[in-house]
Amino acid sequence: MSDYWWLIIGMTASTFLPRYLPLAFAGKVRIPLLLKQALELVPIAVLTAIIVQMSLVRDGSITIGVENHYLVASIVAFAVALWRKHLMLTIVVGLAVFTLCRLLLA
Amino acid sequence: MSDKRFDAALFWQGARDILPLIIAAIPFGIVYGAMGQSLGLSNWQVMGMSLFLYAGSAQFIAVTLLAAAAAYPVVLLTVFIVNLRHMLYSASLMPVAEKVPGLLRVPMGFWLTDESFAIAANRLRQNHNDGAGFYAYYMGAAITMYLNWQLCTWIGITAGRQIPDMTQWGLDIAIVVAFIGMVVPLLERASHWTCAVTSAVCISLTYDWPHQSGLLFSSLVAIAVGVLVMHRQRNEGVEEVTE
Repeated sequence: MSDYWWLIIGMTASTFLPRYLPLAFAGKVRIPLLLKQALELVPIAVLTAIIVQMSLVRDGSITIGVENHYLVASIVAFAVALWRKHLMLTIVVGLAVFTLCRLLLA
Repeated sequence: MSDKRFDAALFWQGARDILPLIIAAIPFGIVYGAMGQSLGLSNWQVMGMSLFLYAGSAQFIAVTLLAAAAAYPVVLLTVFIVNLRHMLYSASLMPVAEKVPGLLRVPMGFWLTDESFAIAANRLRQNHNDGAGFYAYYMGAAITMYLNWQLCTWIGITAGRQIPDMTQWGLDIAIVVAFIGMVVPLLERASHWTCAVTSAVCISLTYDWPHQSGLLFSSLVAIAVGVLVMHRQRNEGVEEVTE
């Protein structure tokens, strides 16, 4: 499997270039205001999609109910984050709820 | 502003601020290592991806496809599409990258992940956007994240041999709740909430698109809707638009 390392090189390039190219062009192109406003929303848009996909989709389909422990833990973590904007607290409570679900509802 | 070349205190502050996200990523890295070796890849093949690719979700997908004997071009294309969201991250760091010398932007790009970006976005939201200071802070966070990922991959490769069903434990919940803790404080205005809700609805409809393309699609739609709300609010004088 010596071709494997060529694959690694190819994957490294296709991972690195999208991350790097916009940075490389920073300062050389003027960013229009509309794009600036759009970019401000990037973390919210992308991270929300990742969160919802990971907590809602179980074994390839959307699973709503207490049997989906990811969803239960996510909803509680969301409530905690709204109540106190504290990252570590959100993580700890989310993990605790998930563990409880596993122990009690399994 | 700051004429210092590199502010060590800010470097360590970045390293400290990313700690909660690192703790959340530990199980993710361990599961990746365990999964890679259980799928029959050699230790160095699994480790190589962490060292050079350094992209959590893309690595998971790549080892899964390789185990399913997918053709290399398919693996390559999938990795590329899964990582396109990083292009959005990179673009949104452009205003601060202007102040960073060209060559120093290479490691900045290489170490750009969901986690290091979330920390960077949070820092910039608080208006700490002087170039040198931001760079030290970002590097502190990004390098700590990278070293931890290598360590966790190695632990996963080693431990996976002893505990074969570790990939079934649901350890990825840590990353979900960590991202929740990162996103919620960003939701300050109506346009932010609309963007988040649109993204959630969109991904629920597109999660089964091939190669995770639904993720990119949902992000773009959510951004467009968020910008529309931003403009509507501005016209009604409700919301300040960043000039």
